[in-house]
Amino acid sequence: MGGGDRRQGGPTRVIGTPQRKVDAAAKVTGETLFSDDLVLPRMLYARILRSTQPHARIAHIDASAAEAIEGVKAVLTGEALPTAFGILPVSQDEHTLAVHKVRFIGDPVAAVAAVTEEIATEAIDAIQVEYEPLEPITSAEEATEKPDPRIHDYGPAGNFHKLIDLEFGDVDQGFGEAGLVREDFFFYEGSTHLPMEQHAAVASWSPDEKLTLWSSTQTPHYVHRALAKVLGLLAAHIRVVACPNGGGFGGKSDPFSHEIVVAKLAMMTGRPVKITLTREEVFYCHRGRHPTLMWVKTGVARDGSIKGMHFRTLLDGGAYGSYGVASTYYTGALQTVTYHVERYKFQGARVFTNKAPCGPKRGHGTPQPRFALEIHIDKIAEDLGIDPAELRLKHLVPAESLTANYLSVGSMGLGECIRRVTDGARWKERFRKLPLGRGVGLACSSYITGAGLAIYWNDMPHSGVQLKCDRGGGVTVFCGSTDIGQGSDSVLAYVVAEILGIEPLDLRIVTADTDLTPVDLGSYSSRVTLMTGNAAIQAAERARTILAQHAAKALEVPVDRLVFADRRVFDAEDPDNGMSFAEAVVRAEAAHGTVGTVGSYTPPNSAGRYRGAGVGPSPAYSYSAAVAEAEVDPATGIVRIPKIWIAHDVGRCINPVNVMGQVEGSVYMGLGEAVMEEMAYRSNRSVVHKMPSLLEYKSPTTLEMCDVVTYLVEDPDPAGPFGAKEVGQGPLLPIPPAIANAVYDAVGVRVDEVPLTPEKVLKALKRKAAGQEPRVGPTKFPEIPWPEPIRVPPPWEGGDGRAVSATPVTASVPEERQH
Amino acid sequence: MANRRPNPRVEAHIGFVVNGEPTEVSFAPHKTLLEVLREDLDLTGTKHGCELGECGTCTVLLDGQPVLSCLVLGIACEGRRIRTVEGMREGPHLHPLQDAFAELGAAQCGYCTPGLLLTAEALLDENSSPSRDEIKNALSGNLCRCTGYIKIYEAVELAAARMRGEDARPTAETIYGRR
Repeated sequence: MGGGDRRQGGPTRVIGTPQRKVDAAAKVTGETLFSDDLVLPRMLYARILRSTQPHARIAHIDASAAEAIEGVKAVLTGEALPTAFGILPVSQDEHTLAVHKVRFIGDPVAAVAAVTEEIATEAIDAIQVEYEPLEPITSAEEATEKPDPRIHDYGPAGNFHKLIDLEFGDVDQGFGEAGLVREDFFFYEGSTHLPMEQHAAVASWSPDEKLTLWSSTQTPHYVHRALAKVLGLLAAHIRVVACPNGGGFGGKSDPFSHEIVVAKLAMMTGRPVKITLTREEVFYCHRGRHPTLMWVKTGVARDGSIKGMHFRTLLDGGAYGSYGVASTYYTGALQTVTYHVERYKFQGARVFTNKAPCGPKRGHGTPQPRFALEIHIDKIAEDLGIDPAELRLKHLVPAESLTANYLSVGSMGLGECIRRVTDGARWKERFRKLPLGRGVGLACSSYITGAGLAIYWNDMPHSGVQLKCDRGGGVTVFCGSTDIGQGSDSVLAYVVAEILGIEPLDLRIVTADTDLTPVDLGSYSSRVTLMTGNAAIQAAERARTILAQHAAKALEVPVDRLVFADRRVFDAEDPDNGMSFAEAVVRAEAAHGTVGTVGSYTPPNSAGRYRGAGVGPSPAYSYSAAVAEAEVDPATGIVRIPKIWIAHDVGRCINPVNVMGQVEGSVYMGLGEAVMEEMAYRSNRSVVHKMPSLLEYKSPTTLEMCDVVTYLVEDPDPAGPFGAKEVGQGPLLPIPPAIANAVYDAVGVRVDEVPLTPEKVLKALKRKAAGQEPRVGPTKFPEIPWPEPIRVPPPWEGGDGRAVSATPVTASVPEERQH
Repeated sequence: MANRRPNPRVEAHIGFVVNGEPTEVSFAPHKTLLEVLREDLDLTGTKHGCELGECGTCTVLLDGQPVLSCLVLGIACEGRRIRTVEGMREGPHLHPLQDAFAELGAAQCGYCTPGLLLTAEALLDENSSPSRDEIKNALSGNLCRCTGYIKIYEAVELAAARMRGEDARPTAETIYGRR
């Protein structure tokens, strides 16, 4: 797509140097307009009535009292929008407002548009809903045991939503060859994204019957599709604009009920309608980290090489599908890309429960198994009497290789990451050598740089860019990508400025508007820098070619001698012989016509050809290693994390200062999940969220945040723009297990679940003092009716990426195209 | 929003000084300062994260002191001085704190940024050379989910040095990490 040197880290002016973000000035002056900042003339305000029952049939809804309130302009209930929707084609199980049934406390039931938010609130309170309660399913374990009452009428059986069984080689043979076989259980509690901005949306229905929706969404393209489906409108009549997101972290990447509600209310009233969710409602929207129970059995040779690994996960999906099928696959996909695994078996199950639906949160489905794997490896290293850093270094997956499950690893900087953090933390001097109460722990990880397949099966590019050169020398970049704070608008500016020799702030960046911008699939799966970056490179190089052709003619020099830099185009051998960039555009426009180009990016095909091979493949994998230092008070169990050393293999920094920000932010979020955050429910039959507020849902403040020493490892990847790989999610992954391993080093107890609360640590310490197993964590995994495994021989056993089981792989299996 | 029905005929009327400008405004008397600023004065730079006093996002300065504008009633502000993020720029020039936040990427999504900037400004008004721990303490009521706070501390320190007249630059470790 781009030129070879764009991928491999040749000399650059903009790329790799610290830059301000293109929207930095707007953000520090409060001028950035978020969705709730938008006000349109005659705008109405919407509120949504949500279920107070975790599981119930709706016998009757009486909205007459609400309709009678002065100032109420429209009341909406579920039967007006009977078409189901959902982010994945296989899980179209949500309704805008409940139809016949509610499935969790917070499920949307009815909506009102009124002239003020206060009146809308009064009106939803006046709606009478008669529920016929059903028995709720309160936990994943319960869901595996109780097929009835069934929460949904689809899925393999009972309350199972998805069952996966993949086998890459004979793991039992691996266990037979192993010198040590170890089994462990782990639990990773759910947590939520907690973006500081509550979701908000504004809809407008124009007199010519076109709909515009402004929303705090990470995925305007998918919202566009959902609106067309549910509202029964031509997609061509719908415009979705993603406003800058006040934080997303995955929590704004589903199409949401409230977005469709305001659209429908705008269509009913002919007036713009806004909704801003309360913080409590944001907890109900959720789609956050799946609580996940895990069992792992690994056989290793005496040198620690992994002969076979068997991994089981059970995900508590909550009330709806969301991204859950993909999440389930992700809990098994990336175990193989850090340390070489000779034979691998993965069994994953997702169940429905009557809780807020889970989905993708930063790291999507991979922090849970990474937590398990990295503690498991720590225990194996101890069993073998090998330093855990040495063990990991000895068995790294090689660069440019294929894993047991057919993931193609490109550049691989994990070894360097481990060396940096262990040197920085003085690992050898401190591991197992610090006084009681202080410890260090190591963990590593890997993450995808963009999912290899789209959410819905199609052959089109994942990212498109259009570029327009103005005769005044201005350049505008149009791209469907959405800036959620990660700086994706700025990446477009840096890449194009680099190639055209202008300054990033010279550019205008138009993004996330389905009317104006070519499709980019959205800000998820750490895909944006790589995919939009490559698309932008292609568009910019095409523009450069056009400009160079005409500039070369005017300057009477060969095209390949032209340099684009300092807002000029000039002869490399005679820099005075040149013209301004604007003049180059004028000459090209005069000779060639309007100068506009396009670029697009499609990820490479995956090597795996089996059912389920759609989740895990990526153009490139980032790598991270972290050492955490823990201080544990043996009297109280309180864990303090004073410092974390983290190294991240980012391929190449597009803008180092923003890469640093992503690494530090990921460490922060991992710390929160490790020691305090939990999406917890009261343990009675009402399944009420324990703490739907920012005060009670504990997240780290400045007082809990640790010091962070960051090392950026740059090992350019041939797939990335200028060699860049992802950084937004990967550095979160090693933090929770590094902390758990550090707690063990400090006080000799294993807490095999997050969050590592003082009460759990104290419980483990008491067990240790009583001579019992010094551990807190799960001890069993429920019986699951696993399907017949899909058997795929690994590459080194003569496999070609196809399954050898009886079921043939069809050419297009939509279910497996998701991620 | 509370469960009540405001009578649109009853409006409060106050005079106060907003970002240095004497301002008069009428609004429904139950409104918070946050709502008056955003809805009646179009100062949408002040954000909200909970409207319950839990997150610090809506912080503004009231007579120079940081307050949570979601917990202050508009009618309590008669005659008071309010400073919001819109008042931080000196003409076209960014305040040194704004400039440092922009330079170091201390504003990622930018949503908590106005509240943090004003809290930091109040700190620097009282203490021109705060230690890292003093910065942490001053900012401990402002939640940020993007940055891990580190770039924010570094930006406050950078701005403080520049406000003291030093020719300060970010360290290489701030920008490139430890080598």
